[in-house]
Amino acid sequence: MSGITETVAVDEHHDHKPKGFTRWLYTTNHKDIGSLYLIFSLVMFFIGGTMAMVIRLELFQPGLQFVEPHFFNQMTTVHGLIMVFGAVMPAFTGLANWMIPMMIGAPDMALPRMNNWSFWILPFAFLILLSSLFMPGGGPAFGWTFYAPLSSTYSSDSTALFVFSVHIMGISSIMGAINVIVTIFNMRAPTMTWMKMPLFVWTWLVTAFLLIMVMPVLAGAVTMVLTDKYFATSFFDAAGGGDPVLFQHIFWFFGHPEVYIMILPAFGIISSIVPTFARKPLFGYASMVYATGSIALLSFLVWAHHMFTTGMPVFAELFFMYCTMLISVPTGVKVFNWVATMWRGAMTFEAPMMFALAFIVLFTIGGFSGLMLAITPADFQYHDTYFVVAHFHYVLVTGAVFSIMAAAYYWLPKWTGYMYDEKLAQWHFWCSLISVNLLFFPMHFVGLAGMPRRIPDYALQFADFNALISVGGFLFGLSQLLFVWVVVKCARGGVKATAHVWEGSHGLEWEVPSPAPYHTFTTPPEVK
Amino acid sequence: MTKPSSFRWSLPALLCTASVNATAMPLNMTQGVSDISQQVYNLHMTIFWICCAIGAVVFGLMFWSIFRHRKSRGVTPAQFHESTKVEVIWTSIPVVILILMAIPATKTLIAMEDTTEADITVLITGSQWKWHYEFLDHDVSYYSLLATPKEQINNRFAKDPNYLLEVDRPLVIPTDKKVRFLMTSDDVIHSWWVPAFAIKKDANPGFINETWTRVEEPGIYRGQCAELCGKDHGFMPIVVIAKTPEDFATWVATEEKRNAEAKAEEQALLAMNMSLEELMTVGERTYLGHCSACHQPSGQGLPGIFPALKGSQMALKDMAGHIDIVLHGKSGTAMQGFAKQLSLKEIAAVITYERNAWGNNTGDLVQAADVNAALQGKGD
Repeated sequence: MSGITETVAVDEHHDHKPKGFTRWLYTTNHKDIGSLYLIFSLVMFFIGGTMAMVIRLELFQPGLQFVEPHFFNQMTTVHGLIMVFGAVMPAFTGLANWMIPMMIGAPDMALPRMNNWSFWILPFAFLILLSSLFMPGGGPAFGWTFYAPLSSTYSSDSTALFVFSVHIMGISSIMGAINVIVTIFNMRAPTMTWMKMPLFVWTWLVTAFLLIMVMPVLAGAVTMVLTDKYFATSFFDAAGGGDPVLFQHIFWFFGHPEVYIMILPAFGIISSIVPTFARKPLFGYASMVYATGSIALLSFLVWAHHMFTTGMPVFAELFFMYCTMLISVPTGVKVFNWVATMWRGAMTFEAPMMFALAFIVLFTIGGFSGLMLAITPADFQYHDTYFVVAHFHYVLVTGAVFSIMAAAYYWLPKWTGYMYDEKLAQWHFWCSLISVNLLFFPMHFVGLAGMPRRIPDYALQFADFNALISVGGFLFGLSQLLFVWVVVKCARGGVKATAHVWEGSHGLEWEVPSPAPYHTFTTPPEVK
Repeated sequence: MTKPSSFRWSLPALLCTASVNATAMPLNMTQGVSDISQQVYNLHMTIFWICCAIGAVVFGLMFWSIFRHRKSRGVTPAQFHESTKVEVIWTSIPVVILILMAIPATKTLIAMEDTTEADITVLITGSQWKWHYEFLDHDVSYYSLLATPKEQINNRFAKDPNYLLEVDRPLVIPTDKKVRFLMTSDDVIHSWWVPAFAIKKDANPGFINETWTRVEEPGIYRGQCAELCGKDHGFMPIVVIAKTPEDFATWVATEEKRNAEAKAEEQALLAMNMSLEELMTVGERTYLGHCSACHQPSGQGLPGIFPALKGSQMALKDMAGHIDIVLHGKSGTAMQGFAKQLSLKEIAAVITYERNAWGNNTGDLVQAADVNAALQGKGD
């Protein structure tokens, strides 16, 4: 730690930064890189959202209206890939870059040059992915889960581009994760012990470990698809001694921890916001930390619950059913702790708190449908229907995305130095809340009634509900334009924010002025 | 990929769609027509009500806090932030609830997976994008394809009530018998799903899965492929007709007789020559039914995925290669062999059609005997 104090004497210009384009291209500053990630994620959110609108337009009524089935499949696939790897994950990485050094009293991320790389390779990954849509034969059309052999033997020629773009996304995630781990281990203020670390830092630490454990597995899976398609290997081809179900085991060994990668940082965000606006310390800090760890460990034991219909031995099905049900225990503890934090608090309802409250309710609904899906005999009926689509959109949109919105409003004054327009933000919240439920809630019913997912056309009985869902989708998409407006307006000026911003806020990030200086902590702060 | 012509009229259609297509949709899972499907339904409802109860308690407490413990009422926030007792309680109570849920789930699952002592067995093979049913105890096997006309899908004709859920030849099974299903696939992974039986099982290429049902009521039950299997995944319905054992026996006898007659006709055909006109008529029908999903009705294919037939070297010149690929398919691609699926006459006709349609005017005639010769030659 003595090294930090030595550098302070040299670096006297707190707000010195390069000007213009090179500032952003060469930057090694955690705040700049955080902003780049967040802006990139917002752009991707709208591109992926546009694809969702194409899907909802086609599904507005039965029959084929606007797009061909092959293009429809490309839209569902690329929508999924972009939202997972382009919108949700980079948004969390952006928040990590911005907030982790400020929360632990560090001057920057531990490996700033690698940080620059891990961001700047991302736009190229997505350029490759998006450009594949314009190739003859179109882009990836095999679902974001790219099950072999549809993605290997039977895919179009753009598969190589898909594989390379996934490799680059994976490299970016791994570098980001290494940076988070090294920063948290080595650069905490001397008095910040493990059990004094803010929960956002804790959840990100666990997430980073999940990332470096599973992203190589994904890289392996896509590489095997690549060699099966182009180099005559037979990992997933029974005729050559392989097994298509092997693909799913490998994919979901990555894929299940991946869904926790997309929700654990959200738990951290909610655990920061609820105590602030309830003006009460977080209930059960220690059990929150242990619950995070348990969820992460269990996430490695449940991958096959995505594969109950592939034909597993009955004892394997039972094992994965029990383990999956078990995850609801630590997750339940978290929900109970948040409610207990609110209990007998003094709550106010600014936009971050509104999004956090909506998160708790709607994420819990997603958790309930998750528990239902865990019950294997019933899963045979739910699997690959809109019930599943409803489930994972409740945890990923009203879960992860709502938590990111909450975080953006919560820390926006700290980032920009100005208060956002609370009235507009409330409009954004209510429009989003109503439309998102109109969009995803009826999906439970169409799923139970028997509509498979990933179909471009459907039987007549599903017509009314699909029209309703599409209207919800268009409204939700439009509501997000309000968000852009609020953010742009806030960045351009307004009421000056104080250092503390929120009455009930605690933590190192609120000790520094708003906006936070370009180089924050030159001497390690004291943690109370 | 958009189609400007359909765009024009579809906008007004979008506005009135809901009332036009209104068909009642159930809001819950079907109870089905087998003992297992009933058990699954009960399991589903039990968990659903447990979730509702937990939700009512948690959200109730939360909204109570929102109403009572808000700053605008002038409350002073309490400062408690830990209670080992409470945390142990809300860890252990859910565990007990989970155990209570797991017991019936385990029982049902074990019953579902017991495929022993079946009365009859049907081998189900999925391929892009049709199902093949083969009765292992009888001499009956056939393909089952979507029966909804393209015109309905493209909104040129009004849609039938069973739009997209109708097939040319449904699977027929007896009631009150344990029917075992074996599933496999010719190409990619498909999934055979009939909600009324609570069956959903993947058809994996190169491997065989098994499941079973015992249907209690005669009737028509519909389902769909449930695993993304490519472009026409949404157009791969399943129709099962459950008949009483007596009716089923009659049906099997008719089918076996029909099979025998078809074989006799094939043999007779070998000695006959069909005219170009006849070949083209049968060929066009066969092409639209089996080939146009990939190669397109215009024969132009989809660049990068499905090769064009119009103007292709194979369709213009290499007749032996053309016959061979239609019979045996091309390994490693989506092109499947049609030797089992189509009659000699249909294969001869479709090849003739492909060599003479869309300006491919080669004037080549392919007869059933030519196809048979190629088939026999391959066998040697």
